[in-house]
Amino acid sequence: MVPLSWYIFLSAALFSIGLYGVLARKNAIAILLGVELMLNAANINLVSFWRYGNTALMGGQVFSIIVFAVAAAEVAVGLALVIAIYRTRKTVVADELDLMKW
Amino acid sequence: MTAEQIIFFLTAALILISALMVVTTRNLVHAALWLIATLFGAAVLFATLEASFLAVVQIVVYIGAISILFIFAVMLTRRNLLDKVSQTNAGWPWAAGIAIAAFAGLVFLAGQMHNAGAQKGEVFGDPLMALSTALVSPDAYVLAFEVASIMLLAALVGAVYIANRK
Repeated sequence: MVPLSWYIFLSAALFSIGLYGVLARKNAIAILLGVELMLNAANINLVSFWRYGNTALMGGQVFSIIVFAVAAAEVAVGLALVIAIYRTRKTVVADELDLMKW
Repeated sequence: MTAEQIIFFLTAALILISALMVVTTRNLVHAALWLIATLFGAAVLFATLEASFLAVVQIVVYIGAISILFIFAVMLTRRNLLDKVSQTNAGWPWAAGIAIAAFAGLVFLAGQMHNAGAQKGEVFGDPLMALSTALVSPDAYVLAFEVASIMLLAALVGAVYIANRK
């Protein structure tokens, strides 16, 4: 049988990989890909806590669905921002987007 | 080793390897395709956790919609520093250190959990029925559900406005 801790360790590893992607990548779209990995790690955690806890309480799955909605909204707005920035500045490198830097 | 453990290990290997490819591969279209592999592994995990609705939603929403959005965005921003230039910041060793420290901290916290070795219990009733009731019942999560739907609508309208060519 698979104990709860295995799922927790897997999602911790997935979260850390996503964190590395967010911090290290140059391309703004690649940063959003890292955010997706982190949200998925959170989802795996939520669903496994639901399954290993009291399955009559649906809070884990409901929260996971709300994370889906947040992820969809985040990707839509994020990619729209990237495309709008690309149109005016011709770059998607996060380092070069220093228009608001003092 | 039971069949469940073998499935878990194969899925975990798929998820971790493809997630590493997402953050390291040079070509962003390939990164988006590796992200699809990661999301598919997560869907398999949801299925093994008997969250059937979430497994289907993971495939339809994440793989069907979000990944395709990523691929579109990559193709719309074509000159994405493909060759020669490094794909990572100058400070990437710091990022790797922070990620490893975060992993160590999370593993430490997980080790402190008193129910870390818990096994799966029986599923009570029909989880899909319970989930749908919880989403629309005033005693449960209907407010959160409606707020999430309004947020999604506002975000999509905002995205159309932002990306719209003036």
